[in-house]
Amino acid sequence: MIRKVVRYLDERAGAAPLLRKALRYVFPDHWSFLLGEVALYCFVVLVGTGIYLTFFFEPSTLDTVYHGSYRPLQGLHMSEAYKSVVNISFSVKAGLLLRQTHHWAANVFVAAVILHLLRIFFTGAFRKPRTLTYFIGLTMLLLTLLEGYLGYSMVDDLLSGMGLAIGYAVALSLPFIGANLAALLWNGPYPGGHDFISRIYIAHVLVLPIAIGTLLTMHLVLVAARHHTQFTPRSERKVVGVPTFPGQTPRSIALTLWTAAVLFLLGGLIQINPIWLWGPYHVGDATNGAQPDWYLGWLIGGLRLVPGFDWTIGNYTLVPNPFWGGALFPLVVFAFLYLYPWLERKVTGDNAWHHVLDRPRDRPWRTAIGMAMLTWIVFVFIAGSADRALVDFGVSYVKQIWVYRVLVWVLPVVVLFVTKRVCEELLAGEKVESERRAAERAALLDTAG
Amino acid sequence: MRWLLVIAVALALPPAALADPPPSGIVHPSAPPGTPLVELGYQLYAGNCSSCHGSKGEGVPKLGAVEGAGDVPGAGPSLRSVGALSADFYLRTGYMPLDDPGHQPHRSRVLFSNHEIEAMVAYVASLGNGPPVPKPHPERGNVAEGLHLFTSHCAGCHQVVARGGYVTGGVAPPLSNSTAVQIAEAVRVGPYLMPTFSPHAISDRQLDSIIAYVAYAKHPDDRGGWSIGRLGPVPEGLVTWWIAIVALVASCLVLAGRLKS
Amino acid sequence: MTKFKDWLVAGAVLLLSKTHPSRRDDEQRIVPDAPPDPRAETWVLALFGLASLAAVGFIVVYALDRLSHQTQWLGVTLGLALAFLAAACTVIGKRLVATEELAEDYPQPDDHVGDQEAVVEIVEESGDRLSRKRLLKLGGAAAGGSLGLALLTPAVSLGPVFDMSRFYGTPWTRGRRLVDERGRPYRADGIEEAVFYTAYPEGADRETIGAPVLVVRLKPAALHLGSHKPVAEWAPQGILAYSKICTHAGCAIALYRKPTFPVTEPRPAFVCPCHYSTFDPATGGTVLFGPAGRPLPQLPLLVDPRGQLRARGNFDQPVGPSWWGVRMEKPNP
Repeated sequence: MIRKVVRYLDERAGAAPLLRKALRYVFPDHWSFLLGEVALYCFVVLVGTGIYLTFFFEPSTLDTVYHGSYRPLQGLHMSEAYKSVVNISFSVKAGLLLRQTHHWAANVFVAAVILHLLRIFFTGAFRKPRTLTYFIGLTMLLLTLLEGYLGYSMVDDLLSGMGLAIGYAVALSLPFIGANLAALLWNGPYPGGHDFISRIYIAHVLVLPIAIGTLLTMHLVLVAARHHTQFTPRSERKVVGVPTFPGQTPRSIALTLWTAAVLFLLGGLIQINPIWLWGPYHVGDATNGAQPDWYLGWLIGGLRLVPGFDWTIGNYTLVPNPFWGGALFPLVVFAFLYLYPWLERKVTGDNAWHHVLDRPRDRPWRTAIGMAMLTWIVFVFIAGSADRALVDFGVSYVKQIWVYRVLVWVLPVVVLFVTKRVCEELLAGEKVESERRAAERAALLDTAG
Repeated sequence: MRWLLVIAVALALPPAALADPPPSGIVHPSAPPGTPLVELGYQLYAGNCSSCHGSKGEGVPKLGAVEGAGDVPGAGPSLRSVGALSADFYLRTGYMPLDDPGHQPHRSRVLFSNHEIEAMVAYVASLGNGPPVPKPHPERGNVAEGLHLFTSHCAGCHQVVARGGYVTGGVAPPLSNSTAVQIAEAVRVGPYLMPTFSPHAISDRQLDSIIAYVAYAKHPDDRGGWSIGRLGPVPEGLVTWWIAIVALVASCLVLAGRLKS
Repeated sequence: MTKFKDWLVAGAVLLLSKTHPSRRDDEQRIVPDAPPDPRAETWVLALFGLASLAAVGFIVVYALDRLSHQTQWLGVTLGLALAFLAAACTVIGKRLVATEELAEDYPQPDDHVGDQEAVVEIVEESGDRLSRKRLLKLGGAAAGGSLGLALLTPAVSLGPVFDMSRFYGTPWTRGRRLVDERGRPYRADGIEEAVFYTAYPEGADRETIGAPVLVVRLKPAALHLGSHKPVAEWAPQGILAYSKICTHAGCAIALYRKPTFPVTEPRPAFVCPCHYSTFDPATGGTVLFGPAGRPLPQLPLLVDPRGQLRARGNFDQPVGPSWWGVRMEKPNP
């Protein structure tokens, strides 16, 4: 049977040599190498559940009145889009499960991507010959953030409407071209023409998934072409690990299934984005405590922390306020990530190929810079939840904002030097330890001799 | 990350109701049985309220302008025309008495007996012709209309599912412990920074719908499962990291590590 | 009957008996040999069974009408089916599949030096025949660039990219009445202190950022609008109207704070619930706190002879979030 299949494929596609190579491709054995796989399987779940949801979603902002089964919305005006998502949640059997799983998968997807990115950064896996793989990964992250934002936005519930308003303000704040760009994307000033929702819908379900899928394929092909990295004490010449088949295959299938299991269990058991509680959106409505999904939380922190000013010359507004926290901040973060490999090459002069990974302590400066950057982003992120901390702990919001305005600049510097010191101490400790061992061995040899 | 954990714990626990007696403590006058209600109310008022609201409810316009009964230099608004409605609201929610006239009143343990509250309400009502304690009829209200009205009048501060929120200068409390009468009172009183909605702005019939919605929002249809606070993306992000990612990293750890060398 | 029994026994034997496939000699094998692990196999079988049960459970739960907590049951059954199968695959991966350590060569920097050179040569030599190389390159770039531009041109149809007039436009014109959500006109004597009202332009689309306004009444003595804003035009009887859309990020300003006891409590203000920009209605909407970079646009008002509120004109500045040069024009009258 197997022989028949292989012969069939080889005679018609010449696939045997490739298959043989693929089956014996070597996977180094380390848990952190599986983080990227988790992200991949989340993407698979997203595509699957997403296709199902498109069968029921209505991308239209036309006004309609709800007469469905959920009583607290009966008789209210809302858009067709919002109504269709309420129907997915209440009338379509298993619709709510698939919708919630889709949303959880998006949240977990980005989290897995970011963990994967942290592993790549702190172990130096982005270095030659894998820089291209790294750039493609970053681009996917960027597209994923946009993809998630659009998904959150097209439901047209109260939170998504407020999120779109903020996105519009950030687009509008871009220097020089902002207003023209916003006019183009929204077809006029906010909330834009009726065609705007079909634009973000087609971007969410077609354009961006295809772009991400294409980059994903390139990412995987490049990983395979350059082979996986590995940790010491392995060599730069030979990659050591388990083969695709039989070693890696059951593990990867298991991880796919674990990922799907976690996502479906969350989708069934923990409520996410209960849009029927938020109610429909109208331009004049807002709710306290509106937040974007977690992966855009750093931007709301950025928007809130910037002191109140527009950059003007006389009465001429050059750069409006949302630009700093909503556009420049993520721009700086991504520019740092894109430029870092080049920066490190310039500074260290290390232009060589690296297949063997560093432990974070082996490169005190890289680890320190990365940790400082991370502290910066995380603290801006936390500042975005200062209002909630106020309600729950009673600490004055205005005071908190001022504390954060100082902390987000001071803490990264502190973390930079502390991390560098810790790395150096760890290395020094290891050196002492190895010298002690060498001395002991020498002493042992002496007494033996 | 530890900060997030603190938030997670805080979200899991209901906000603790803190008792805030004024520094001088509560004065319970020993009135003989049969004392008229207003008379008992006056005694209670004199012992517990007059340092901020004046000896006859005329108010104390500036901090430390009047030495009150409890030797507390206080300041507070006049109670001449606030009526039973206001007194009932502030006393039954534990908003009053306040430990420091500069603080925002907040829900705390009620330190008076029901009879004592009735007496003080009667006394404050006797100061002028203010409104009586309202009698809302939430059963006549419509939850859908209530959601709509709540969104346009209340959600900006109290959050759309009435979980509370922040205003520069104050906190809009969650309404999970509010009774129908207290909501009706608060809408008319406008405690602290809250607007004062008259029957012209929100009619009694509309108010019934709002109260019906707030009652519904305490236990809404959580058909998605565990509601995790109904706050939206913040607790959802915590679940993402602390449940999903922890579980998936654990499965990575289990699946890796097959080679011994 | 007996025949059926025979078949059943035969089937069971076939299924349950352990097979001993002919193993190849060690020298010929690619995948290394290892002894079987019957206990792990039993585990895998059990997990497969549980996974099937849970999956069937999912179908049953789906088929049931009027099951309370149906979403939860669906999630649990499907999640468990996946989890059991995942556990089975984990056992297979860790216990049943041969553990082998393989090594493979990494690519090295000098692997393709010859190929690199060849590619360069092919490209360079192919251009050798061209005598006016620089001019041709320039011409090619011009053709390609303009074609690219031409292909991008239809994108302009997406929106009024060069026409900013709609960004300055609002539905408010002189004489337009302020109406409530149900379309009933607001009367000046119906506007009370310590409340906020949301008003819309009569007969206009409400779902635009120029439409909703906040209306409040302050004591005329508390107003400090500045000399360029006469109280009679901007705050008749102390009534003020401001755009409801925050000038920072475009959220609706659904918060009006007013002190119950002004001695100890902050002054009246509009607060945006998104990033807590705080605006002072007494001073023409200036920013008290938060990230907003310009005041809230104010709508001049008049009280008509019937006592109803009408717009006296358009806002004093563009509504909504700011853009490059936002203050260059006033909203059209």
